Amino acid sequence: MARMKFLCDAERCIECNSCVVACKNENDVPWGVNRRRVVVLNDGVPGEKSISVACMHCTDAPCAAVCPVDCFYTTDEGIVLHDKDLCIGCGYCFYACPFGAPQYPEQEAFGVRGKMDKCTFCAGGPAKDNSDAEYAKYGSNRVAEGKLPICAEMCSTKALVAGDGDMVADIYRERVLKRGGRPQTWGWETAYGAQG
Amino acid sequence: MAKQQNTKSRHAKIILWSLVVILLGATLLPLTGYIYVGVTSASAQTAGDENPRANYWRAVREGGEGYVASQGPYTTNTLIQNGGQNWRQIRNGPVSNYTPWLLAAVIGAILLFHLFKGKVKLSEPRSGKTVERWSMGERTLHWYTAILFIILAITGLSMLFGRVVLIPLLGPQGFAAWASVAMLAHNYLGPFFAVGILIEIIWWIRYNLPTAVDLTWFAQGGGILSSKHAHPPAGRMNGGEKLWFWIICTFGVAVCVTGIILNFPNFEQTRETMQIASIIHAVTAIIWTAVAIGHIWIGTLGTEGSLEGMTSGRVSEEWAKQHHSQWYEEVKGVKKS
Repeated sequence: MARMKFLCDAERCIECNSCVVACKNENDVPWGVNRRRVVVLNDGVPGEKSISVACMHCTDAPCAAVCPVDCFYTTDEGIVLHDKDLCIGCGYCFYACPFGAPQYPEQEAFGVRGKMDKCTFCAGGPAKDNSDAEYAKYGSNRVAEGKLPICAEMCSTKALVAGDGDMVADIYRERVLKRGGRPQTWGWETAYGAQG
Repeated sequence: MAKQQNTKSRHAKIILWSLVVILLGATLLPLTGYIYVGVTSASAQTAGDENPRANYWRAVREGGEGYVASQGPYTTNTLIQNGGQNWRQIRNGPVSNYTPWLLAAVIGAILLFHLFKGKVKLSEPRSGKTVERWSMGERTLHWYTAILFIILAITGLSMLFGRVVLIPLLGPQGFAAWASVAMLAHNYLGPFFAVGILIEIIWWIRYNLPTAVDLTWFAQGGGILSSKHAHPPAGRMNGGEKLWFWIICTFGVAVCVTGIILNFPNFEQTRETMQIASIIHAVTAIIWTAVAIGHIWIGTLGTEGSLEGMTSGRVSEEWAKQHHSQWYEEVKGVKKS
């Protein structure tokens, strides 16, 4: 069985935010909730790098470990999903998550949280696949249709790669070999093979 | 003869120079190590002895911040925050594993004490005469915080231990329904409780300042451990009640302050602040609950004649004489004059 993974190639990401827009559009994500975001490091200085980040679908997911109602589960493909019928919006998963993936619609005054919302790897949730109920709560279920997450599919520079971990690793290894150096190789231009 | 002398002096020269070479070599050659180190470190520096890319990503791994175009209350500009893993390990580790034993130990100790020592009874029969101990305002405040405390304790414990204890009993759906009610009750009632605690502290601090009598009270274990139930003297508040008051002033205040930090995430406090607040809140609240169980037992089943002070406001004169001799004399003295 495939083990699903995201990989963002920092040598390729150009911070166009298409992944963020595609995700919002595909899953009808409300205002203020960002299942995916692009973090720019050293913004505006030489050596600036952009990384698109969402839920990383951890093997030993901290969110699942601290959830008081135990609403998280991992699918056979290694995708971490949660049941919004159980979620109480306590915010513990946001404290625990290293990547800031859990999001909450603010419904009321004093920052009262709604039910948690996060990247589903475009795999919906526990409701029936591709049902209206599933779409309303979790968004699109592209995985059930045999497709990969829309963010990675949309990526113009193919910086964001999603899919079976082995295949993602092969793609990245090929790129690194072609760039002729270690993954830490300095330089924007090396992302595109030959110099210049 | 001359040739022989010549040979001799040549030998002496050779020996002398050999000694000089050996001495110099023995002292100087080991020092060449410094030259080797100097040369190699200089060449390493020119090659760049650290990988700038590795340092770049190390900074990210250690929680470095960047720029994010997306906006939202939970959209952060940190790529990796490390506090969460510590919080998870402390909460799911020591906090969850050790604090239940504290509660169990307190309940066990009370049960054993109640079974073997029993209730502290009035030493004299009731004469029917009573004195006022708690005013209407004080009693209202006490029961206001008492009821809120019990609700908050039950709902709070459900949030920490419900997953282990209640999901097997209620099922995932059943527990989720209870947990959402419990969380709302905890979050909405918490601030009202904190106000009650603040008023209690301000109202009752003047009766709870430590005095010399408290030392003898504690030295005699409050009279509860002695077989004759001989009671040490005490004013309106005895040493034990004062201790309970100061636990509220320290642990109670810590619980209220951290609770408010957690309850209002709209003041831009960081995740780190909330992680620390969460751990302090859980630990101090459970210690407070453990002491409160003792307080409830002493006030109800543990001591004859105590509860009526907090329900009707009046206690029997015999109870006052037995437990608060100095206060009883004061009250009587005031009445006489």
